[in-house]
Amino acid sequence: MKKGRVWKYGDNINTDVIFPGKYTYSILDPDEMARHALEDLDPDFARKVKPGDIIVAGRNFGCGSSREQAATCLKYAGVQAVVAKSFARIFFRNAINQGLSVLQSEEAVENIENGQEIEIDFSQGKIKTEKGVYDFPPFPESVLGILEAGGLIPYTKKKLKRGKKEE
Amino acid sequence: MGKTFSEKILSQKAGQDVKAGEVVTVSPDFILSHDNAAAIIQEFKKLGLKKVKSPHKIVIILDHVVPASTEKYALNHKNIREFVSEQTIKNFFDINCGICHQVFSEKGFALPGKLILGSDSHTTTYGAFGAFAAGIGRSEVASFWATDKIWLRVPETIKIEIKGKLPPGIYAKDVILKIIGDEGADRANYRAVEFFGEAAKNFSLASRMVVANMAAEMGAKNSYFVPDEETISFLKERKKDEFQIITSDDKASYEAIIPIDISSIEPQVACPHTVDNVKPVSDVEGVKFHQALLGTCTNGRLEDLEVAARILKGNKIHPRVRVLVIPASSETYLLALREGIIDVFLESGCVILNPGCGPCLGAHQGILAPGEIALSTANRNFRGRMGSKDSEIFLASPATVVASSIKGEITDPRKFL
Repeated sequence: MKKGRVWKYGDNINTDVIFPGKYTYSILDPDEMARHALEDLDPDFARKVKPGDIIVAGRNFGCGSSREQAATCLKYAGVQAVVAKSFARIFFRNAINQGLSVLQSEEAVENIENGQEIEIDFSQGKIKTEKGVYDFPPFPESVLGILEAGGLIPYTKKKLKRGKKEE
Repeated sequence: MGKTFSEKILSQKAGQDVKAGEVVTVSPDFILSHDNAAAIIQEFKKLGLKKVKSPHKIVIILDHVVPASTEKYALNHKNIREFVSEQTIKNFFDINCGICHQVFSEKGFALPGKLILGSDSHTTTYGAFGAFAAGIGRSEVASFWATDKIWLRVPETIKIEIKGKLPPGIYAKDVILKIIGDEGADRANYRAVEFFGEAAKNFSLASRMVVANMAAEMGAKNSYFVPDEETISFLKERKKDEFQIITSDDKASYEAIIPIDISSIEPQVACPHTVDNVKPVSDVEGVKFHQALLGTCTNGRLEDLEVAARILKGNKIHPRVRVLVIPASSETYLLALREGIIDVFLESGCVILNPGCGPCLGAHQGILAPGEIALSTANRNFRGRMGSKDSEIFLASPATVVASSIKGEITDPRKFL
């Protein structure tokens, strides 16, 4: 648990402005993806983001394409979590599968300002801000397993290994 | 109590009785990927397995940047071809076939009652055939290749009743744009959407595909039409497997029922920079633009090209406008060629491109410069999608796009009928 600086954005932040389509099939290196994170929304972001920063946004974050790089680029940019009023479903899956925490809390979003320092307590399911403490719904166990493994690929790898041993 | 289509198919696949909100682990019938298979292969290799588990379920169709426009894309395609050959994946379609959703359908993978997943958000298109089809990400596809399994949440269902008859000059595209404009870009997030009503029933298969494709733009997980005779006869010679039609029970529990009467709607236009920023064409008439795109997985089928050609015949494209025409598949291209439609496009001054995604996602073949405006039949108009972040995209039906291209500004296509 550590404090992070907030980058706050509005509703319907789509995958094209998070990670432009022109890069989706040409950039395969996650660190290079991070250098283009939010390029068409906030050109300052990729240059100024620091490890542990937190993105706070409105409704339907990550709508649009199924491109997983929208989650990958944020994770490798050092973003520790995205807090939003709601998430588009494919982005939500992709974020978990990349080991990027995605937290839903309408109340927290209403009460967080851009540039603030906030703190997320994952074990307690709480977002602590200057104005108050807000709950977010805990992840089901299966999802937590994927997040803890650092994403679906390391998670599946572990499971496949375990499966082999049992055989 | 009755069950919805999604509850029924996922119960069947999970081998247990489930309802909306529950999470199931299932084994899909087919899993689609396209040029992003290159990245999926990279992920799959991290798992340390030599072989994919079920090669016959994997379908790979190259369409996003075909032929390769840079060395990097070329290398991606090469890696995919090598992997496909190593793994004996038979359902591979190279750069000469067309857009994945059209090719997947033409080749008989989109079948009623099948569970289909794809690493593309417009996988919802196969709801037009009565399949359960949803978009997923790359890691999930790689994991599926290894394990043959995936988890899915059983979605709640919204029923949309499209009432009335389509007036002349109004098409399925206008109907789905109107619905998205009224309901918003996240109305159906995490949910299934079933389309019913007189108009839905009368929609051709191609029109159903337009609606099912764009259901993704209201956030839908999957979409659904009850398969009709046209659907069954389309599949007759094409089907890759036997299939069964699954329908919602009469007393199924819907989260919401949304009626829409289309008998008096105007042509619709989605304005920059969101798909739900929809206005009737009369509100945006006169907007000048530089490039038009007729094609994509939304509106590049024969039906769309026919409508466009009828309007274009004997007319010339406005000198300020560049019109790019991309038939959705090589089959579509050939049929259009035989009907003389391609002649009409060329005579009026259009550029014909090879079947594929073209400039829709801003990777090649007609990128927009700063300050340029495009009018497109595609499904997305997000900022910067077709090139410069200082360009703009308007979305409309094929009729509106070509009628406007003659005039050089957005116009009501009914003036050209």
